[in-house]
Amino acid sequence: MKRLTALALALAATLAAVPVLAQDTLAKIKEKGVLTVGVKNDYKPWGFLDPSGKIVGLEIDLAQEVADKLGVKLEMIPVIAANRIEFLRQGRIDLILATLGDTADRRKQIGMIEPNYYAGATNVLAPKSAGLKKWEDLKGRKVCAVQGAYYNRRVSQIYSPELVVFPSVPDGLNALQGNNCVAFLFDDTLIVSTLAGGDPKWANYEMPLTSEDPQLWAVGVRLDDLDGAFGKLLKDMSVEWHKSGKLLALESKWGIKQSPYLIETNKKLKGGS
Amino acid sequence: MIAAFFERLNDVHGLNFSIFYDAFDRSRFLTGLWTTTYICVVSILASLAIGLLGVWIAGSNSRFGRLVVRIYVQFFRNTPPLVQLSFFYFAVGGLLPTVSDGFGGQSPLVSGTGWAIIAFSLFAGAFNVEIFRAGIEAVPETMVEAAESLGYTRFQLWRQIVLPLAFRICLPALNNNLVNLVKTTTLAYAIGVPELLYAASQIWSEMFNVREMMNVLLVTYVLLVAVLVWVMHRWEKAMRIPGYMP
Repeated sequence: MKRLTALALALAATLAAVPVLAQDTLAKIKEKGVLTVGVKNDYKPWGFLDPSGKIVGLEIDLAQEVADKLGVKLEMIPVIAANRIEFLRQGRIDLILATLGDTADRRKQIGMIEPNYYAGATNVLAPKSAGLKKWEDLKGRKVCAVQGAYYNRRVSQIYSPELVVFPSVPDGLNALQGNNCVAFLFDDTLIVSTLAGGDPKWANYEMPLTSEDPQLWAVGVRLDDLDGAFGKLLKDMSVEWHKSGKLLALESKWGIKQSPYLIETNKKLKGGS
Repeated sequence: MIAAFFERLNDVHGLNFSIFYDAFDRSRFLTGLWTTTYICVVSILASLAIGLLGVWIAGSNSRFGRLVVRIYVQFFRNTPPLVQLSFFYFAVGGLLPTVSDGFGGQSPLVSGTGWAIIAFSLFAGAFNVEIFRAGIEAVPETMVEAAESLGYTRFQLWRQIVLPLAFRICLPALNNNLVNLVKTTTLAYAIGVPELLYAASQIWSEMFNVREMMNVLLVTYVLLVAVLVWVMHRWEKAMRIPGYMP
């Protein structure tokens, strides 16, 4: 027992060790000649693997643009929702471009670049035969989801489904296909693009509910970079992406329906200049 | 009282042990602890039963039976448990008939937790077959012959002489395997079974307290394994035969 206590104390001591981060990220990136970005590789069409195994997608295009602007090489690190914030804080990546929802809780942890480059909301993907009509229908039923998504907690607290949460998106979708759950809880943007993809696998599926809890997406940087040179550069780029219509063009390129948020922001920023 | 202490710890030192003051997180963590314990207990018992059955068939006169056991052991011992688990859940689970879920929909016959128990029992059972075999082969041949000459049937011989001795011989190896089984249960996280690792990762992806939860996890598993080892140790002591040293 004594030994166990000592062990517990030793573990507690490791808690106190906080990673030390260098201050000027921008200078470091230029010195290394590499920009390390955390991206998704299972989130079509924002970041996914093409048949040759390369990571491509809308967010990858944005990441490439940041790297080009800095005149450095782009290195992509695949992240999942559950580990991306930790990776950023530990300095393994310089920024997150991985469908990151901009929430108040997360703002305490990392810096969110404004204006946000995208907005999604929460919905479910379900077989038509399930006959779901309203959110309350999920009560007590098995619903697949993905780890680390911000809406898991909210949905389970309000509608109390029995969430079955998987490490990655394909696992969750496979479980849904295998009838392991009645619906798959996710961003409506991804659901729409999955259904519109024309894959016969999803022919009998639908997005039956009204999207809820609209959520902006943001590029994430470390807190001390937010007001530094690196953060400022990203903010300017984000404004430019909206103003020039680049984001709208990328949506068409990747076959996503034009989202009201982007159209609106584009108008607003154009009018303001 | 405890909750207040941990809330202060979070406010003052930024050490966020949310499971001690946030009711939602606590219930998730306790559910995880219960699920892990449940999977462990059922899998341990089932794997022991499989081990005994397997070693009984492996020592029988049926050639077909011996072959089946050999194939089973090779298959489950030589493939990664995570692959077995995914295979059961994603491949086999989809082929089984579904049952009504009480909401007018259909749900699979075996839940994720069910598959986890099945996969881990078979995985650990394969090792147990080999462990028991080692123990049985270490029982002195002379003792078996002596019993046979007294007219023991094969079953009596096993029950009263071979197994009691074999058990004592193979307990250290069995302990090892069962401790391994407890640690293997974390793999159930990959198929969405709400066990400890799953609960912890849910909590840290929302609360951003990875470092704290990792420590809680490590300590929890140390304690879980300590309980198992203590039980096995008590059992070993209870079974000691004074003067018998294999």
